[in-house]
Amino acid sequence: MSSVLNENFDYGQLDKIIEQHEPTAVIAILQDIQEIYRYLPPEIFPYLAEKLHTSESRIYSIATFYENFSLDPKGKYVIKVCDGTACHVRKSVPILNYLREELGLDEKKKTTDDLSFTVETVSCLGACGLAPVMTVNDEVHSGMTPESAAALLGSLKEAL
Amino acid sequence: MNNNFMIIDGSPVPIEGEKNLLELIRKAGIEMPTFCYYSELSVYGACRMCMVENKWGGMEAACSTPPKAGMEIKTNTPRLRKYRKMILELLLANHCRDCTTCDKNGKCKLQELATRFDVHRVRFDNPKSEPLIDDSSLSITRDANKCILCGDCVRMCNEIQNVGAIDFAFRGSNMKVACAFNKPIAESNCVGCGQCAAVCPTAAIVIKDDAHLLWQQLNDNDTLAIAQVAPAVRVAVAKEFGYKGENVMGKITACLHRIGFDLVFDTATGADMTVMEEANEFLERLENGGPFPMFTSCCPAWVKYAENEYPELLPNISTCRSPMQMFAPVIHEQYKNCGKKVLSVAVMPCTAKKFEAARDEFKDENGKPYVDIVITTQELIKMIKQAGIVFEDIEPEAIDLPFGTMTGSGVIFGVTGGVMEAVIRRVSDDKSISALRNLAFEGVRGFGDIREFELPLKDRTLKVAAVNGLGNVAKIVERIKSGEHFDLIEVMACPNGCIGGAGQPFASTHEKHKRGENLYKADKLCTLKFSEENPLMKELYSGMLKGREHELLHVNYVK
Ligand code: SF4
Ligand code: SF4
Ligand code: FES
Repeated sequence: MSSVLNENFDYGQLDKIIEQHEPTAVIAILQDIQEIYRYLPPEIFPYLAEKLHTSESRIYSIATFYENFSLDPKGKYVIKVCDGTACHVRKSVPILNYLREELGLDEKKKTTDDLSFTVETVSCLGACGLAPVMTVNDEVHSGMTPESAAALLGSLKEAL
Repeated sequence: MNNNFMIIDGSPVPIEGEKNLLELIRKAGIEMPTFCYYSELSVYGACRMCMVENKWGGMEAACSTPPKAGMEIKTNTPRLRKYRKMILELLLANHCRDCTTCDKNGKCKLQELATRFDVHRVRFDNPKSEPLIDDSSLSITRDANKCILCGDCVRMCNEIQNVGAIDFAFRGSNMKVACAFNKPIAESNCVGCGQCAAVCPTAAIVIKDDAHLLWQQLNDNDTLAIAQVAPAVRVAVAKEFGYKGENVMGKITACLHRIGFDLVFDTATGADMTVMEEANEFLERLENGGPFPMFTSCCPAWVKYAENEYPELLPNISTCRSPMQMFAPVIHEQYKNCGKKVLSVAVMPCTAKKFEAARDEFKDENGKPYVDIVITTQELIKMIKQAGIVFEDIEPEAIDLPFGTMTGSGVIFGVTGGVMEAVIRRVSDDKSISALRNLAFEGVRGFGDIREFELPLKDRTLKVAAVNGLGNVAKIVERIKSGEHFDLIEVMACPNGCIGGAGQPFASTHEKHKRGENLYKADKLCTLKFSEENPLMKELYSGMLKGREHELLHVNYVK
């Protein structure tokens, strides 16, 4: 569908990603896009539909099928607190509660309005020996407590 | 000896190229229950209603299992009955079951199968007991809480129509049929063809119902109610009344009078005007060298599709309005000073016509649409039933004056290839009966996806094609873009043309083809075959239309 393009959006970047893949490799293309934007911006849907000769609804279908894809913008720092059995038992919940309270977030509102932080839970990071574990943009922090989380959050805020 | 057979419920059934067990079982005269199977769509195998049991007690989905010589299956065992009943119970468990007030009451496949398999109670709580309506579209209405996720609509919209307005979204128990970003259907690239509604087994997608609106406006003494009836309608009504008629235009006319219409006209008359204008435009283009190919413009879903997908082709689309939209302004001109409020209604095989009627291009000098209400064939049938008319008994009546004549050219507009055939009749020099016959057998007729042929005209050879089903448009556009030349291309969005419109009662492909043949029969019975022979054309062109052809009969879709 020939939709109106958003002038402020960098479609060149999308073109580069599209060039690197087969047009049928929609999942891989979406992953690469999410890598850049940390989510799937709405602008990409009509553009991809046209370039990949498919429909917006089909891309939406794929994007909503996989948990890993996000349609909501994420913060500069994405903090994932593990709530798998091992982490849960070793008290991950107080860490999660602390972060949420500190950043004004909750179960539904996962990202701060200024797009600095996103706080999510994951079911298991596969690092149970290091419980309780959390990641900040894929960097693993082990043996966390609410106190060490506070220190970490402080340094992240400074680095914003 | 021929060993190529298999055993179905104890009887041998020969395998004759059937693609799957389901086709074979149906050939054997057994009505298998299905939700997700249509021969023209890809096999999805999701509903599991078509399960059969093999001789080892294994279960197989008949729709997705190819037949094999020597195979033995049973289609109706206690286990199968139990499973089918369970599936139905689970489907009903999260289905808005307001059957008595549902649009599909009596025509719903879920209802039908639940009755057939004796589902008397549902043991689970229902999280979807209320309707969840999207009535943003002028053509179709969706109720997500009636969806059983069979995917028929999704495959129709994607595979056959190549529109892709809807698809599955989300996962697991959250899964649903949705447009991108869950937007209302009217904000998507839906073209309103309604083919999704035609295959939906439940009321999750239905035709937008305007019959109640029409009832409200009929039977008012200060209103002059005028109906025009499209060609395809007359060959799709009889069966719904269990009546063995083919072309029942006379009975339809009588019913419309009885329902409360003062005047009933035939859209085939409008089609004659379309032929006159379209032929002129085509000859002009031949004179001026293009632009080619010239595409027909009668089908509003095709026009919308072109606007969405191929805006660069809009200059190629004929500027002729559709027959409905040519006839409506003429009716308007004729009666605008009659002293009464005019109610202009069109009875169409088509859901997209409802949208076309509301387009800004088709409004009169006061901003009022030329066509006030479009009802589909299905709505007409419903209204006839609501009025208590016994279809079998009603005597046929003639079309009213002053627009009482039409030609065979106008009538065949309802079937794929018809518009093109009519235009060719008009432009060709040889008007003999044998020339007509040759034309009919040359390849214009038939139901193939894309039918093309060459035709001598004066000093050149024309290349023309008829396309039906929007999914076939991309194929021909690709050829055009790679340099192939066509002079004239007819496009009808619905497979088989208007006879297969989504506003028509549900029909198998075979029945649709029968409708087409009946339109050709109607053409044969017309004394007048060429639109220019219609005495009304002479009268209109020397009277009301004189010097106003462009204003009243043409439209420019190029923005
Ligand atoms: S009306 Fe036609 S285009 Fe619209 S969703 Fe249904 S099948 Fe697709
Ligand atoms: S809307 Fe109708 S056709 Fe589409 S998946 Fe739901 S039940 Fe099936
Ligand atoms: S018809 Fe075979 S699984 Fe639905």
